[in-house]
Parts: sequence; C-alpha cells; structure tokens
Amino acid sequence: MVTATMPHRFAKNPFIVRLGVIALVLVIWEVAGRWLVDPMFFAPASRVGWDLASVFKTDGVPGAMGITLLELVAAFALAVTAGLSIGLAVGLHTFSRRAFMPIILFLYGMPQVTILPIFVLCFGIGPACKIAFGFTHGVFPIIVTVAAGVQGIKPILLVGARAMGASAWQELRYVVFPHLVPSLFTGMRLGMTGVLLGVLLAELYVSTAGIGFFTTQFTQNFQPSLLLGLIGTLAAMAIVLNAVMRRLEARFARWRD
Amino acid sequence: MRSARKPAGRLGVLATQAAFVAGILALWYLATTRWGVSRILLPSPVAVWNALVNVVTSGEFLPDLRVTLFEVAVAFAISATCGVTIGYLVSRSGFRTRVYEPLFAAMYAVPLILFLPLYVLWFGLGPASKIALGATISFFPVALNTITGFSHVDRTLVTAARSMGASGFALFRFVLLPAAFPVILAGMRLGFTVALLSIIGTEVLASLAGLGHHIVELSENMEPARMFAYVAFVVAIAAVLNFAVSLLEAWGRRW
Repeated sequence: MVTATMPHRFAKNPFIVRLGVIALVLVIWEVAGRWLVDPMFFAPASRVGWDLASVFKTDGVPGAMGITLLELVAAFALAVTAGLSIGLAVGLHTFSRRAFMPIILFLYGMPQVTILPIFVLCFGIGPACKIAFGFTHGVFPIIVTVAAGVQGIKPILLVGARAMGASAWQELRYVVFPHLVPSLFTGMRLGMTGVLLGVLLAELYVSTAGIGFFTTQFTQNFQPSLLLGLIGTLAAMAIVLNAVMRRLEARFARWRD
Repeated sequence: MRSARKPAGRLGVLATQAAFVAGILALWYLATTRWGVSRILLPSPVAVWNALVNVVTSGEFLPDLRVTLFEVAVAFAISATCGVTIGYLVSRSGFRTRVYEPLFAAMYAVPLILFLPLYVLWFGLGPASKIALGATISFFPVALNTITGFSHVDRTLVTAARSMGASGFALFRFVLLPAAFPVILAGMRLGFTVALLSIIGTEVLASLAGLGHHIVELSENMEPARMFAYVAFVVAIAAVLNFAVSLLEAWGRRW
C-alpha cells in the first residue's frame, strides 16, 4: 500500500495517511488527464489548479457565485424559520403530531425533483425559483427533527414548570427551548444539506445568472478545466459548510453534560 | 401516554387528516374554477384526474418506466457491489477505517449532483450518464453503512469464535456477516432510495428518455394537466418501490 515506504511514525498517523491517499488520487488524476484521456473531456489536476484563477476572472462568475450564495442563505433562513415554527406547532401536542406527522413524512419522502418544472412555471427562471426549491428541500428535515426533539422532553419537566406557575411563554423559553437546541442544530445541518441540493438542482435545471449558467456554458464550450475548477470550488464549499454545521451541532449538543 | 390509544382519539386523528386533504383539494378546485388562477400554472383537479386515468390505462408510461427502472437497477447493482466490497475491505482494520471513513463521509456531504455536467460530458445524454451518477451517489451510503456494520461487531464475539478455532471464512460467514447484516441492509435501502432519486433527478435535468424526462417534456409542451398526472404517477411509483425495498429489508433482517 501507500504506507509501505513511509517512515514508521507517520505511517501510524491516520491523518497523514489520509493526506497520502488524497495525494495519490491527485497523482492518478494528473496522469490520466495528461496522458490517458482526451483533453476535450478532462484536464489534469495541475491545469485545473492553474486555471482556477481564470474561472473567477470569467465575466460574471463572481457575480454568479454571489447570487447562488444569496439563494442558499435566503432559502436556509426561510427553511429554519418555517421549520422551527411548524415543528413546534406540530410536535408540542400529541394530537397534532399524530394527525400531521404522517402527512409531513409523506411529503418529506416524496421525490421533489419531479415538481421542479412546476416551480419554474410558478417562479420563473430567476433566483426566486431556486430559493423556493431550496426551501422545500430544507424545511422538512427541520420540521421532523424539531418535532422529534420536543417530543423527547420529559413530561415531568413541563408539569413541574406549570405547577410552579410558569406562563406559556416561560414554559417555551425556559423548558422547551433549551431541550430543543441539540435537535434544532441536527435539523439545521440536515436542512443545510437539503437546501444545498435543492438550490443546485434548480440551478442545473435552468439558470440565467447563477452558477448553473456557467456549468452549462463550460460544458457546451468543452472547457473541462474551467468546469472542474468551478465544480471543485463548490464541492469544497459544501464540505466546509457541512464541517461547520457539524462543529456547531457537536458544540450545542454538549450543554447538558 | 401514547401507548394508551383511545379509539375516539384515533378517529379524531383520521378525521383531521381527511379534513386537511379535503381542504387542500377544495382550495385547489376553487382556485382553478372561481379565482381564475391560470390553467397553465394550476390545472383543475378534475382535469388532472382524467389525465391520470388516461396515463395509467393507456400504458403510454411503459417505455419511460422501463428506461428508468433499467437505469436504477444497474446503478444500484454497481453501487451495492462496490459499496459492500470496499466497505468490507476498509472495515477489516481499525487503522484503515480511520483513514478512509472521514474521506467517504466528506464526499457524502457533497451534493454530487454537481458533477452531472461532467458526467454528461463524459457519458453523453443517454442512460450511461444517469447510471454512472446514480451509482456514484448511492455508493457512499452503502459503503459507510458497511464500514459501520462491520466495525461495530462485538469484540467478545470475535474473540470467542477465534478461541473456538474459527478463522477466515468461518469467522466471516458465522460471526461478522450476521452481526453486520442489518446495518448493511439499512445502508442498501438508503442507497436504493438515493439512486432512485438521483436518477429521476438527472432525467429531469438532462436526458433523452425516462420518467423524469417525460415530465419535463410535458411541461415544455404546456400540457399541465398531463404533467401533474405524470408527477403523481412517478411519486406513486417511487413510493411503491421504496415500500417494496423496506419490505425486503425487514424480510432480510428476520433471515
């Protein structure tokens, strides 16, 4: 394996070996791009890295990145607000939970991409359509985790608070909310993944200003190094976002210990 | 609290659900007949129902369904085989698990649908690009669950089996596999759902045939009633397939 020739101390550190694996993948990519694959369809890693600057110098790409980021933020903010309110409304009462959770779970399990053309008909091909589609992808995981989170609160805590004269608001603020925080952050992480998927699906389907426009353009002009650079940047962004959400989730899940 | 279900409560729940669905349908009907919402944006529920009956009875969906099912079957076969094999090989040593699992998890977090333009560039607009992307996307849940399944086998079981002289194949067949099987099955169910979703998705985005492609075609031909009917049909197909896979998983667990 890769580890065979490395000094013993490094070969024992998973992090170092992981970097080695990544380096190996880059080397294979480089060799394939340089000598094995038609340059019309693929570019070596070094060229992609070199051309990364020209991706961002392409007219409109920074703007497109900004618009896509804006779509993500707007869709995520809407999804969190709506998901939290609906999740609380549905989850706090046994009756509403039993009545509406099956409907919500059905909608969550539906392949939403089938209704993407309807979104385009309703919201046009601009950012509104991407925000709406990202929202519907992100809101359901948040509703489900929030509803499950408030369901997990021990009834004795609520009864106790009520017995000590807590008002409905105080109950929500001092009992429900602190217990909700860990599941809310789990929901936000899942919601973020959903929003990212929804926005990117809508971008790839049809786009006039966002990054979807440029992935189409780079594909049609057979500019694989630019396409790979753009996709790589977005993938790196997704990995970073996910890592940040995971950190937050771990940080806020700890408060009870 | 929840275990003591009163029949009256269940009736109330059902009544609320029915009322909710009926309310949505009524709003939909009124919006199309009274409030003058454009027929292009929202066809009337009656028209959609008639179109749905027509789609199902005429059997016009068969060629598209065949394409989609073929793509899903091939993609899932590839990702299940590769996912389980690679997952098993990685899980065999704790060190390899620590090296590869974070890599797979990071890739799993990437919306791999991003790579669709690249796959279309490589494999064209036909089924090959859908199969390749579906297999790539569904590989990660299968591999990650396989790693989890095999690396959480109770150590005492393995030690006990070893001390009784089991080795190699016997250890795998009678200790490791049965212990990890339920988790692997869960991963395969997840993988199947993801493969189905991403293949319908890629058909919507860029394709020449398949259920997703047909929806877009109807939308572009401005046949909203038929398109809504087709969406309902595809959602039903997806629900049936996912349900069948859950049944298979439950059956596999018992076995």
